[in-house]
Amino acid sequence: MTDVRMKVWRGDATGGAFVDFTVPADEGMVVLDVVHRIQATHAPDLAVRWNCKAGKCGSCSAEINGHPKLMCMTRMNTFAPDEEITVSPVKTFPVVKDLVTDVSFNYEKAKTIPAFKPKPKEADGTRRMYQEDVERVQEFHKCIECFLCQDVCHVIRDHEENKPSFSGPRYFVRLAALEMHPLDTNDRIDLARLKHGLGYCNITKCCTEVCPEDIHITDNAIIPLKERIVTRTYDPIAWALRRMRGKSGDLGAGEPEPPSA
Amino acid sequence: MATEYETHDYDVVVIGAGGAGLRAAIEASAMGVKTALVCKSLLGKAHTVMAEGGIAAALGNVWKEDNWKVHFRDTMRGGKLLNNWRMAQIHAQEAPDRVLELEEWGALFDRTKDGLILQRDFGGHGYARLAHVGDRTGLEMIRTLQNRAVERGIDVFMECTLYRLLTEDGAVSGAFGYWRQSGKLVLFRAKAVVLATGGVGKAWQITSNSWEYTGDGLGMALDAGADLIDMEMTQFHPTGMVWPTSVRGILVTEGVRGDGGTLKNSKGERFMFRYIPDFFRAETADTEEEADRWYADKKNNRRTPDLLPRDEVARAINAEVKAGRGSPHGGVFLDIASRRSADYIKRRLPSMYHQFMELADVDITKTAMEVGPTLHYIMGGVRVDADSTQTTVPGLFAAGEVAAGMHGANRLGGNSLSDLLVFGRRAGLYAAEYAKRVARMPRVEDRQVGAAATGMLAPFERREGENPYAVHAELMTSMQDLVGIIRTRAELEEALTRIGRLRERAQRVGVKGSRVYNPGWHLALDLLTMLTVSEAVAMSALMRQESRGGHTRDDFPKPDPEWAKKNVVVRRREGRLTLAPEPLPELPSELRPLIGEDRPTGKIRLEPVAAASAKE
Repeated sequence: MTDVRMKVWRGDATGGAFVDFTVPADEGMVVLDVVHRIQATHAPDLAVRWNCKAGKCGSCSAEINGHPKLMCMTRMNTFAPDEEITVSPVKTFPVVKDLVTDVSFNYEKAKTIPAFKPKPKEADGTRRMYQEDVERVQEFHKCIECFLCQDVCHVIRDHEENKPSFSGPRYFVRLAALEMHPLDTNDRIDLARLKHGLGYCNITKCCTEVCPEDIHITDNAIIPLKERIVTRTYDPIAWALRRMRGKSGDLGAGEPEPPSA
Repeated sequence: MATEYETHDYDVVVIGAGGAGLRAAIEASAMGVKTALVCKSLLGKAHTVMAEGGIAAALGNVWKEDNWKVHFRDTMRGGKLLNNWRMAQIHAQEAPDRVLELEEWGALFDRTKDGLILQRDFGGHGYARLAHVGDRTGLEMIRTLQNRAVERGIDVFMECTLYRLLTEDGAVSGAFGYWRQSGKLVLFRAKAVVLATGGVGKAWQITSNSWEYTGDGLGMALDAGADLIDMEMTQFHPTGMVWPTSVRGILVTEGVRGDGGTLKNSKGERFMFRYIPDFFRAETADTEEEADRWYADKKNNRRTPDLLPRDEVARAINAEVKAGRGSPHGGVFLDIASRRSADYIKRRLPSMYHQFMELADVDITKTAMEVGPTLHYIMGGVRVDADSTQTTVPGLFAAGEVAAGMHGANRLGGNSLSDLLVFGRRAGLYAAEYAKRVARMPRVEDRQVGAAATGMLAPFERREGENPYAVHAELMTSMQDLVGIIRTRAELEEALTRIGRLRERAQRVGVKGSRVYNPGWHLALDLLTMLTVSEAVAMSALMRQESRGGHTRDDFPKPDPEWAKKNVVVRRREGRLTLAPEPLPELPSELRPLIGEDRPTGKIRLEPVAAASAKE
């Protein structure tokens, strides 16, 4: 049996370093298998999150050779035989220990999104929606909350100071899913701009590239939301109607400050 | 020793945040009681997220002939009549409302042509019954419930493991455990506790279950004095991945067969036609032609044997492999490539396509999959009252996989997600009602907390002790080899001997490093629970001297009418596990006609039952 070598980052909030491990290889191994083998044979206290090991739960996010990926879906045979393999924690969130980071930022942002609020039922008491109408929202519902899009997003990756005013691609996808839901009646367009910082996004598509579920985050979620904001905020007729209804409120505020990047 | 820990007071503490736990917490909070939801992983990562095929509910959107009575019948027959009939009845009656409720909370199921929730075929279900979203139904369900729970402002304690239940005068008074991130200890004082902790698949080597499935709720319930039943009833899902080695056990949804896939051996034979048991002969197609016609025309054809209940299919695959007709890596072939178009497969089974492409370099639109049985579910668990889900310990409730009775000797696919919703809601409801009746917060005894804390921290006193991973590996091998699909007395006795030896070793394992996010420590504690639950499984399997559903004894290959009337009950008394067969709740005479014949004459088809019940 051949061996496999891997450098795994070990440490905590105060610092750490890559540690070299060598373990026996198995057919078809993924990076997570190697990490588990290291845990079982060399470092039982090596901290790592995982659950389904099949790309369905989004727990085992890490940076493999610097690229944000799911460890369970990264095959070892995608590396050249003598290629150095490094595994480190996602960079955007504070390290707890080894490969585990504090992702509570995401769960706090989730709390700020207003609930789904369906329109009344059909006269016959049913809910009728057609496959072609639900499909574009179903794409967003594929999100496994691996937070790789959050990790790679430069607005928060290198700018801790933007975190309070920017929710990140995951929550733009969630806002888009609610906005485009055939039954929902809540309006989150102003919220997307003013509270979730959609304006910070300059559509570099980094989030789309790392999405393990192939959600077209930029094209299908972020850009349509931006278009709706533009229509809402800068369409003179819509503006006049709002004034007449006395709903101007926060709308006097301009776009959020651009990120300091 | 003064133990440091933080304390939280709640009316209801729900342990576990999969479908059952989330649904329970939502209901309890809607009842106006102070509710905590405590889970070992991050929110939204629980095992429910992996469920693929769908939620079984007789909505009647695809076949208007379907209704709760047919669903009840299918569930009881699938469970080889060992089910708690009242649970099966409540489940069949309430499942449609629970599914429609998810839609009110934002879930988007696949649709029929006229805009209703689409339903798909699954093993053991007489009609296309599973509400689904492609093959990622569990994700849709858990995310919908998660969002609902967050919107309701329920207090969620993530990455927090509860390890011991506390009692006052025999009634539940709280739970004690630790934060995974910090390793600090934490006490919940509670008027009522809901167990929603799932199963114990991690005691087996080949399993579809994640690290979380260590039997926590089963072990805690036993220690608190609750009864477990049917622990010998374990489900081996017939189709797990078998290759490559590192993905062995990962689930391949039954939806593949529901959507037209068929099982074949190395000779290309559709072998399931040779494994139709008498119990299902009357309702199962016996020619390939009839089986293939059934997908489109259920009125004039009988169901394909590819969709027999899981226990039957798993045994058949096991037998084919043993007879030397297996696939190159020790499974059989599951072929949808030659039967459905590539577009159809990618649309209906996107995550299966992705999973095989990414993990096995297999394009399932072109090539057959290799599949074999994988430990998937345990029908046994905590004994509960059918209506309220209360266990035999006052104030302790249980719902989902950790509870028993609903599925009898074998669970039908799709009946788990509906079980989580139906009984999760009931657990939250009745736990909240119970908590409202409790006048004061129960007292927690220092002695109980101290004993729990000492036990939990003990592995740190043994820095040079054995590696817990090594002991766990041996437990998994033992359960796989000796308490598998086919069991014998000698092997079960050997399993118990080995479990005894492993327990001695588990009590001496050591932990390296600190209490901060230390998986070795977590496993050292989980190991003791898994050993207890494994012992309960092996002892129950030894006691039940017959073959039924998920329990097959090579030395007692037939069902026994006497055992058909009994549950095997496990309790902990004075530190030891004790077992007793006890009578099963008797099916009321008015429901008996729904079940159909025990020994079919071959004349009865689905129609009589469906037609009779369609009058309602």
